[in-house]
Amino acid sequence: MTITYPLLVNAVIAGLLMGGFYAALSVGATVAFGLLDIVNIAHPTFAVVGAYAVLVLNRAFNIDPILCGLLLTPIFYGAGMLLYQLYHHFFERRGDDAMRGLAFFFGLMFIAEVAMIMLFGVDFRYVHAPYITTTWNFGAVALPLRLAVPFAGSILMLLALELYLKKTFIGRAIVAVAQDPFALRLVAVSPVRIKRIAFGIACASAALAGAFIIVIEPLQPAVGREFIGRVFAICVFGGLGSLPGTIVAAVSLGLVENLSTIFIGASWSPAVAFGVLLATLAWRPSGLFGRS
Amino acid sequence: MMQRRTRATGAGGFRAAVLATLAALSMAAASLPAAAEEPLKIGFGMAETGPLAGTGKSALLAMTIWAEDVNAKGGLLGRQVKLIHYDDQSNPANVPALYAKLIDLDKVDLIISGYATPIIASTIPIAMQHDMVLMGFFGLANNAKFKYDKYFGIFPAGEKPALAIMQPFFDAAMTLNPKPKTVAAVYPEMEFGQSIKNGVKTAAAAAGLQTVYDQGFPPSMTDLTTVVRQIQATNPDIVAIGTQPGQSIAIVRAINEVGLKAKIVGGGMTGLQTTDAEGLLGEQLNGFVNFNIWLPAPKMQYPGVMDFVKRYQERAKAAGVDPIGYYAAPWAYAELQVLGQAVEATKSTAGDKLGPYIHATTFKTIIGDVKFGESGEWAQPRMLAAQFQNVKGNDIEQFKGTDKVVVVSPAEYKSGELLSFEDARR
Repeated sequence: MTITYPLLVNAVIAGLLMGGFYAALSVGATVAFGLLDIVNIAHPTFAVVGAYAVLVLNRAFNIDPILCGLLLTPIFYGAGMLLYQLYHHFFERRGDDAMRGLAFFFGLMFIAEVAMIMLFGVDFRYVHAPYITTTWNFGAVALPLRLAVPFAGSILMLLALELYLKKTFIGRAIVAVAQDPFALRLVAVSPVRIKRIAFGIACASAALAGAFIIVIEPLQPAVGREFIGRVFAICVFGGLGSLPGTIVAAVSLGLVENLSTIFIGASWSPAVAFGVLLATLAWRPSGLFGRS
Repeated sequence: MMQRRTRATGAGGFRAAVLATLAALSMAAASLPAAAEEPLKIGFGMAETGPLAGTGKSALLAMTIWAEDVNAKGGLLGRQVKLIHYDDQSNPANVPALYAKLIDLDKVDLIISGYATPIIASTIPIAMQHDMVLMGFFGLANNAKFKYDKYFGIFPAGEKPALAIMQPFFDAAMTLNPKPKTVAAVYPEMEFGQSIKNGVKTAAAAAGLQTVYDQGFPPSMTDLTTVVRQIQATNPDIVAIGTQPGQSIAIVRAINEVGLKAKIVGGGMTGLQTTDAEGLLGEQLNGFVNFNIWLPAPKMQYPGVMDFVKRYQERAKAAGVDPIGYYAAPWAYAELQVLGQAVEATKSTAGDKLGPYIHATTFKTIIGDVKFGESGEWAQPRMLAAQFQNVKGNDIEQFKGTDKVVVVSPAEYKSGELLSFEDARR
């Protein structure tokens, strides 16, 4: 098949846009896994919980879905802090190995899915917003707002988070707790408190990512499973704990998926994407932006 | 002595009275109306949660209505019918335990399957083990390997389901003027997708079409716009799609975003028959031609079906199930009609009586005449191709009529004319 210029350009744009969405979905896992060493495999499911919460708010008050996601972030932040406290009390504090923590979040994922099935059923749920069915065309190049709006939201969210981590005391403490929790104690900062805040932030990002999910595709309780592999691949590929790495890795994954679709067929896209990931890790074991 | 005798006589009288009472009771029991007998139990698992629950719960409501109808007329074999069902959670792995409970503990008289192909595949060995008749609900060629002579599938796709699903679509396509010459096939990389791929290949070869695109995509692919652009680059006349519910929605959206141009688009897109998808996609569906199995088109209004649909729709909202229910509900009712008619005719629930009778009989049901072939699938396929036309907005009420989802093939069931994809979208 001939690869035409519009096909190539549109594939690149689709890859960029999906990459932005992947970044929003992965950033919470990057914070939890990369900075706090918590393998929160349930993070994509938390985003699905966020999507259902967005659905409820949207239907009840007819508010824009992404604004709903933003409004939900404080609630998810609080829930995340509470969840971390439980995790810390039952696992981290005892020095239990990471596998038990993984089992905890794995179980939590199933409980959350069953709860969503019980509450909302399994039918596809969706929201209406003017931009979901709008596509801007620039000659042969198309920009579906269903993908472009979440992309813009994702980039803003990641920039805000990066600024927070770089410019604020708590932000710098979060980065520090990943490197040396004992050093934090020397400056009278509780590592547990900092981790609690960081996990709250990770969960708050799930509320916004959930809003992006329900804008991009119809929602059903198990949709989070589609993203587990991608989310953790992006965390590792970008370099554990690095937000710029998360963006670059997510966009790279989106681009590789879409370009391999047009060059060798969509069936190969996951294999090519993860092949690139493995090759990169062989070259840089700590990921693109990870500290060696 | 006298006193003793009196006592003895009294004791004997008491015993006699007890015996007489018991005898009277047993005679009375024998002559009691049938309603007081043990109910005739029909057991099954059904997808009440999990990804198949939308259709599963719709079917369950229809079955409940059938049981109420039958019981209002005195039941089966003079016994009231009781449906005993458990949630299989859309998971075939749950089937063996559920049916063991139904057969061994609940002592059901008859079993039917849950929804759909993978669930039925797990149920057939259990029916074989107990030599029971099994009615399969919406399975595709489930009995091809088992060859169980007491299995009967309620889905009008016959023994070659993938071809049966795609054939009306291709038949409709070849009525377009000028005739299409090229076809693109797209499907997920999974068993269903491969079946559809084979169906497309056979139908396209029979129609003398040239295949210009034939590719799968990963089932987890979220955005299909690049796939659709790739199809567009091959400029096909026909775009034949075989997708499962979430993928069907994703590809309809992608086709709208890309503005795909072709003469006919659709084929085997599962899930677009449900009210949920119709409400979500609304006018984005205009032009798509998709398989269907029953619609209230004038030529498909078999005796009793519209009355059933009316009663179903009155209860669906309160039951929280598909409010229109054209896709699954009439078939679930008809499945039990077949079983009920067979039980009444043979006066038995035994597999060796019911099996041969069901094989030999043409059943009158609300979805028309049902006749099973040697494999237990429908003797003749009766799949439809229906086109979404003039859909406006997202109001689901518009899909209750016959003018938005128009049967365009086969000719004997047509309710309107096929429009080219582009004409239907203007």
